[in-house]
Amino acid sequence: MTNADDRVPVVELEGIGKHYGNIRALHDVSLAVHEARVTCILGDNGAGKSTLIKIVSGLHGYDDGTYRVDGEPVRFASPRDALDRGIATVYQDLAVVPLMPVWRNFFLGSERTTGHWPLRRLDVRGMRATADAELRKMGIHLPDIDQPIGTLSGGQRQCVAIARAIYFGARVLILDEPTAALGVKQSGVVLKYVAAAREAGLGVIFITHNPHHAFLVGDHFAVLKHGEVELDAARDALTLDELTLHMAGGAELETLKHELERVDSPGLGALPQPSGTA
Amino acid sequence: MTQAVQPAPAPAPPEPGHAQAGRRSVGKRFFGRPEVGSLMGAVAVFVMFFVIAEPFRHAASLSTVLYASSTIGIVTVGVALLMIGGEFDLSAGVAVTTSALTAAMFAFEFTTNVWVGIVVALALSLGIGMFNGYVLIRTRLPSFLVMLSTFLMLQGLNLAVTKLVSGGVATDSIADMDGFDSARAVFASALTIGAVSVKVTVFWWLAFVAIATWVLLRTKVGNWIFAVGGQADSARAVGVPVKRTKIGLFMTVGFTAWFAGMHKLFAFNTVQSGEGVGQELIFIAAAVIGGCLLTGGYGSAVGAAIGAFIFGMTGQGIVYAGWNPDWFMFFIGATLLAATLLNLWVRNRAARR
Repeated sequence: MTNADDRVPVVELEGIGKHYGNIRALHDVSLAVHEARVTCILGDNGAGKSTLIKIVSGLHGYDDGTYRVDGEPVRFASPRDALDRGIATVYQDLAVVPLMPVWRNFFLGSERTTGHWPLRRLDVRGMRATADAELRKMGIHLPDIDQPIGTLSGGQRQCVAIARAIYFGARVLILDEPTAALGVKQSGVVLKYVAAAREAGLGVIFITHNPHHAFLVGDHFAVLKHGEVELDAARDALTLDELTLHMAGGAELETLKHELERVDSPGLGALPQPSGTA
Repeated sequence: MTQAVQPAPAPAPPEPGHAQAGRRSVGKRFFGRPEVGSLMGAVAVFVMFFVIAEPFRHAASLSTVLYASSTIGIVTVGVALLMIGGEFDLSAGVAVTTSALTAAMFAFEFTTNVWVGIVVALALSLGIGMFNGYVLIRTRLPSFLVMLSTFLMLQGLNLAVTKLVSGGVATDSIADMDGFDSARAVFASALTIGAVSVKVTVFWWLAFVAIATWVLLRTKVGNWIFAVGGQADSARAVGVPVKRTKIGLFMTVGFTAWFAGMHKLFAFNTVQSGEGVGQELIFIAAAVIGGCLLTGGYGSAVGAAIGAFIFGMTGQGIVYAGWNPDWFMFFIGATLLAATLLNLWVRNRAARR
């Protein structure tokens, strides 16, 4: 891999902080997202992952620090602003409209038209062909581009949403827990497209709390804890076991293990011994 | 049976080794369409009355059936679009009467040209639609509650205001007023085709169905209607103007109610203030028979038209067969149940791949 870290990051956060009243959601968070790299953000529930995503995707503002796109400081007023700068977010549950055909979903909100009013109409032929070609480019093989997207598996639906974001000019793709609700095989499908997005030259921000999924595709890892970056490391400076340990809470987990060993639960017998950290 | 299949754009040039651009077989596509259930139902009802009722076989009877269907069908177009957009309107039946009453009373009391009354009624009908949509979106209450309120309020207003203004339960006849003849030509005339006289509403009905179908399948707005009905949050996330789309749909129902009201007014010269109660359910039933999902996101204007046609056929067919017309509602209910089950069955079969 070329040394991407020398170039200007597409998205760069420096010392970002965010408060909700008295609650400190994020403190001094710095993060750099490069083209053709997958940056994984891991953390437990409440660690600040969603807040961070909402800031990057333009849903929320920030209180401290600097947010740069292509080296230029920005403050987004809405997700539309972020989209216009090429930052697209694929939400886990808000990706598609199930009863609509795949190609209509692909172009929803950005429909192509031909002709003049009052005969301005959808460019059905062009949109079907484009959706078809774009999905094929991502390696998604559908028997029928007209089938309702609800008949696709959860993983395939995420993939269509990813392909759509790429087609509409995304340079940075934010994936919010894309594998959280999926089975093993489906997760594998989504991870393949995360890799495909990277190959297509996009910077990917991959939010997950599964270190195994993160390690399969990630180039860079950031673990959030209590609103701060606890670990920020490139792939070659890290092993899966270390990542898992950080993710699971590291030292806290050790303490918990000892505590659990002392608990007697008569009805259930002894607790099973945790088998390693993985 | 292939005439119901939409003219499909040519698939992308096929590449060897890829079947992706291919489409499902003609049969599967046909049975996957929302209109199929209602089409089969319509054929069954038609054949039944054709066999048992001799007068039903005449061309003039078909014209009468089409006329009856069109009076239901015009409002059903609006109701069906709204249902695809995920909401439904209980006030459409009384809104027809409200519109007719407004036009009649305004023109009569202020002695204006009837066209002035017609325009005032249109503004009011669109306003009611906008109000419905706005209240629904602001409050996020279920459409059933909002529409039940509007339904009851309009029902009361129709009776109370008519009594206040004209002192009775019906408006005064406007047949001798300026503009009546031209308005009647637009809303309630008849055209002779061959030896058969066909009411103009039939042509309006078919035109509205064609426009609605085109909008649904071939325009941005149509895409948005399916999207806001199917999953409003996803639609919003990709930039679809959900609120505007829904308010527009309520106003479309207002427009169709206005049109039906104008027909009623110019066909009978006068309007009864208590009319229209119960009609809203007929419109909804016709849309559901036509394959519109009550939960939104699925359906078609053509299907809704076939649903209205089934109602028109049943209503007239019972008369032609010499049965007691009291059976009408029973048949409507039975048809609704059968059509819903048929739609469910067809959709499940089509979804299985």
